[in-house]
Amino acid sequence: MAEEKIIKRREFINTGVRFALGISLAGIGVAAARKATTEKWVWQIDPAKCTQCGRCATDCVKSPSAVKCIHAYEVCGYCDLCGGYFKPGVKKMETGGENHLCPTAAIQRKFIEEPYFEYVIIEELCIGCAKCVKGCSSFGNGSLHLQIRHDLCDNCNECAIARVCPSDAISRVPASQPYIIKGDFHGGSKA
Amino acid sequence: MKSISQKIVLLSFFLLIFVQANAQRFPKPEFESGYEQPSPTTPEPRSNALEYLDVLILLASLSLASWLVIKRRSRRGVLWLSIFTLLYFGFYREGCICSVGSIQNITLALFDPAYKVSITVLIFFLLPLVFALFFGRTFCAGACPLGAIQDILVFRPVSLPVWVRKTLGFIPYLYLGLAVLYAATGTDFIICRYDPFVGFFRMDGPYTMIIIGIALLLLALFFARPYCRVFCPYGVLLNWMSRFSKYHMTITPAECISCKLCEPSCPFDAIEIPVSEKVRTQKVLRQNLKRFSLYALLIPVWMFIGGYAVSSSHVLLSKAHQDVYLSELLIAHPELKSDTKNLDIKAFLESGKTFDELVANASLIRAKFKTGGWFLGGFLGLVIGIMIMNQFVFRTKTIYEPHKGDCFSCGRCMDYCPVVKLK
Repeated sequence: MAEEKIIKRREFINTGVRFALGISLAGIGVAAARKATTEKWVWQIDPAKCTQCGRCATDCVKSPSAVKCIHAYEVCGYCDLCGGYFKPGVKKMETGGENHLCPTAAIQRKFIEEPYFEYVIIEELCIGCAKCVKGCSSFGNGSLHLQIRHDLCDNCNECAIARVCPSDAISRVPASQPYIIKGDFHGGSKA
Repeated sequence: MKSISQKIVLLSFFLLIFVQANAQRFPKPEFESGYEQPSPTTPEPRSNALEYLDVLILLASLSLASWLVIKRRSRRGVLWLSIFTLLYFGFYREGCICSVGSIQNITLALFDPAYKVSITVLIFFLLPLVFALFFGRTFCAGACPLGAIQDILVFRPVSLPVWVRKTLGFIPYLYLGLAVLYAATGTDFIICRYDPFVGFFRMDGPYTMIIIGIALLLLALFFARPYCRVFCPYGVLLNWMSRFSKYHMTITPAECISCKLCEPSCPFDAIEIPVSEKVRTQKVLRQNLKRFSLYALLIPVWMFIGGYAVSSSHVLLSKAHQDVYLSELLIAHPELKSDTKNLDIKAFLESGKTFDELVANASLIRAKFKTGGWFLGGFLGLVIGIMIMNQFVFRTKTIYEPHKGDCFSCGRCMDYCPVVKLK
């Protein structure tokens, strides 16, 4: 008889606590649901805030980094002496390796017409070090800039480079507009 | 005098022009050769529909795990399910999205008014807990990739003394508390950052975490599921839910005959053996009741001590926040204020924020840590208090049962039970 009573009491307590836990779960759920969004968010670099510190190349969980340099052709000046392509102080504007600013030779230079040249990023080679971005922003229009490539990005819960970015340039953006590209483009918002 | 002031005016005039022209120093040329300007490629991120597919797969694997463990009683089924989970949520989804890390997103959503949490993350947080409330920790058994990678490596598990297990069992509470504190203050997501197995899923990662991961997997050969038992912060929540679950896996399909065959079958020391009635004399009971009440009354004292201790170490804890770190560095070494070799300082100088703004923000965050420290310490004091108090709780046990909180519902013990259910 006493045993039965104990078992009944235990069951009663169990059920009571279960309901309490259920209600608190529902409470957390409702409180969080008020802040919830059905939209997907992805990490992206704001080129206006980026200070080209170089941590994108070293701190991404992917190696090589999911950050690559992209070329916003719309704002490019098509210069012969490109600050993003040539090392500072080159003697001759030749495409020899000793003249490249890019450590992996990921920028291709093509002649269009006198005196204009087109610069194309070979994405497979780019490591996201931002050396060319620095060169282009210091001496040119700043058409070369970094972006997180969403075919490469794992969309980590907390972006490892956002955490170490000294200028808070990396934040979540809606997945419907996943790129922030300088100039006016269909793919992204204007910066 | 006059010439100098003229020069200054001239200089500032040029400077103004320079700043103006900075936006577009070289205008886009008008091409005559019919050159067509390419546009940069923009590969799309993983589609939202696939995120919902993840939710569906989580729901399916949780339901299947619960059915396999409680109804079908199949260890083999659970094993295959956990291998699927390891492949899908582990190696295919590369460990992200995961319920363990979702604690931080929910916390940040509750504390940061600007932060929006994705609905899929919310479901990933709630669903395993709801299942635990009804069926026990079936999430650990069949739907957690971190559990699966350790579970398949159980080779020759050793049993640890109870006091060691109980002491180690405190660490997950500490980890959970710190994770919530760091997420609530917007400092860091420590669960994700120190996830030891995500590096294997991605086949890439910081080498320190890979080494820790390898060490844990080697340890898992002899100390089964080390991460789940000693670290997992989500396990704390699942433990609470599972203790009061409506249904739970049982060792025996019918009546336990106390044959002891299942006793060594659990690699996680989660099987409770029957408590002998003989020790429960009236004298022992009375003594225990006295101690129990004493330690129950002491709980507020532990909470106060804990709160005071953690809150006093808020200076140390808040160092992890970038702004606090930077302002501490600049106050300690004012000569660094113009050091452009330090990336953080350089970026701070370029950001245009003043030093006072930085310090003001840092002290705001530090104050948050001070308040949060009271909550964290109080919580840890409560946990310690209950742990000590529970030393004097004895429950009559006549049969072999899994400990509902600690049991991962892996189902190994079921195969050891000789009892067959008669239809």
